[in-house]
Amino acid sequence: MSEALLEVNHLKKYFPVTQGLLGRTVGHVKAVDDISIRLEPGETFGLVGESGSGKSTVGRTILRLTEKTDGEVKFKGVDIHSLSPSEMRLLRPRMQLIFQDPYSALNPRVRVGDAIGEALLDHGLCPKSEVRGLVLEALEACGLSSYHIDRFPHEFSGGQRQRIGIARALILNPDLIIADEPVSALDVSIQAQIINLFSRLQQSKGLTYLFISHDLSVVEHLCTRIGVMYLGSMVETAARDELFRQPLHPYTKALLSAVPVPIPKLKRERIVLKGDIPSPANPPSGCKFHTRCPFAVDVCAAEIPVFRDAGGGHFVACHLA
Amino acid sequence: MKEIMKIDGLSTVFFTDEGKVRAVDDISFRVREGETVCIVGESGCGKSVTAMSIMGLVEEPGGKVSGGSIDFLGEDLLRLDKNSLRAIRGHEIAMIFQEPMSSLNPVIKIGEQIMEPLIVHQKMKKKAARQRAVELISQVGISRAEQIADSYPHELSGGMLQRIMIAIAISCSPKLLIADEPTTALDVTIQAQILDMLREFKESSGMSMMLITHDLGVVAEMADYVIVMYSGKIVEEGEVVQLFQNPKHPYTRGLLKSKPVMGQRQDELYSIPGQVPNPLELASSCYFHDRCEHCMPVCRTRHPGLKEVGGGQKAACWLYEEAEVHV
Repeated sequence: MSEALLEVNHLKKYFPVTQGLLGRTVGHVKAVDDISIRLEPGETFGLVGESGSGKSTVGRTILRLTEKTDGEVKFKGVDIHSLSPSEMRLLRPRMQLIFQDPYSALNPRVRVGDAIGEALLDHGLCPKSEVRGLVLEALEACGLSSYHIDRFPHEFSGGQRQRIGIARALILNPDLIIADEPVSALDVSIQAQIINLFSRLQQSKGLTYLFISHDLSVVEHLCTRIGVMYLGSMVETAARDELFRQPLHPYTKALLSAVPVPIPKLKRERIVLKGDIPSPANPPSGCKFHTRCPFAVDVCAAEIPVFRDAGGGHFVACHLA
Repeated sequence: MKEIMKIDGLSTVFFTDEGKVRAVDDISFRVREGETVCIVGESGCGKSVTAMSIMGLVEEPGGKVSGGSIDFLGEDLLRLDKNSLRAIRGHEIAMIFQEPMSSLNPVIKIGEQIMEPLIVHQKMKKKAARQRAVELISQVGISRAEQIADSYPHELSGGMLQRIMIAIAISCSPKLLIADEPTTALDVTIQAQILDMLREFKESSGMSMMLITHDLGVVAEMADYVIVMYSGKIVEEGEVVQLFQNPKHPYTRGLLKSKPVMGQRQDELYSIPGQVPNPLELASSCYFHDRCEHCMPVCRTRHPGLKEVGGGQKAACWLYEEAEVHV
């Protein structure tokens, strides 16, 4: 096996829950609870889950935007959580983040050309005289025009702003891009444009993506491997076609059957889950999904299922699968 | 089937510093008894403003309904005085909004918010209303109804709040339910629950529904009749199966092709080039012409009217007006 670009082993991120005047810690929200991911260069790993499943926290903890609680994150073999701040800073241009909401990710008073070029100068990656040329290149790669360089964010539509967000990540020539719900705020016709932009850029620049999304149809389109999260834990990972052809975990099955398909009068067998996602501060015992699982048996409430290989790199954490 | 609402030539404008915006521009459609009509379109196409106009929620001086009529069971909602409109709103026509969190009053208990329309419209006594409220809460699939009735909105999750909104909306057995993106803010598994519930209520009570959404998957699942809007105009409408199988307007086709569909992966998604025109700069052309692959000279100069294109389907596109195009 070639060297992984990113290796996440048993990553945990707990947020303390405090109470009272003195801020005593009374418990923990286990936002990310023992997650392992391996990304080969050039692949796109899709991380799916519903709100509160911890998928965004995984992305942020990998980039060390929040400190981990336990586990390790290796980028090209280097454990990034052991690096000093200055070493970390040198590594930052290699891994970039694209946010969901391009409206709030851009400073309204900074011209987009400066916003895109800023990081190059900050990291001293190129002399000031060359920045404009590189910004123009990045704009063009993202489907924007050269005259956009001196405009302000409010002059752009949502789709264009997301292109600016992508250009800003791209200009640093990163190896890894973590995209956190990058198309969720966009209309369908614009969403298709941005999805195509992601795949084109991957082909031309050999990028590796960690694509975080709640939308399974988008993930199916873009990703080569997919991991499904529920309440901070990975419940299933598999290659894309394998996961969609033969989902093993009941949660994955329910998710897949819940996505509305634009074919009228299509009769589908739907697994409608009962109830809401439990609070991550007080997750259910055993398998965290057992409270909503239509197939749960006694052992599910008692024992935590092992995340194991069900054959051919299809991993699942379920007593019944 | 009996028509319960008939909208004719409805136009709504907003006044901004830069000029007048025609958010809804001369649209007509009808909703029949027991039917679900879906209005689909992207942000800014006027689908929500249509709903707001029906409910009388467009207020001057910001904007106003500038023309047309909204005939609801024989009465023109636009000509009604405030009190008569109030008697219909929340009673015979109910509405559910996208954001349940911001539609409920944060400082009033859930139960009391459900009781309000019952007391106002159905003239129920407080005690009876309370009992009915608890029944409604369990009817929308929430357990511990008594306890929930005494809690505040912030104590419930988004999915539960949307159920409460539905409970309020159906409390007076409305003839028409307007749901504006009711599941957009919710997770897919919760969305499936809410859509199932709406469908069940519609079937058991025989009410009509006007569902506004941007999600073609939701449309396919819920609609009997579909209206596609673009830049304030209806560009296509038709019965759901027909519209999905045989879309006529290039915009509808583009929308259907550009949505990634589970189980039908393609290497590259079709995408409609460009973006929605600025609503301040709409000229007398087809508003879709600069994004359309079939654009003809006539498309740049005149706006096409909505015409029958066969099978009860209508489209506003010069492609289907042969006589005028090809002379």
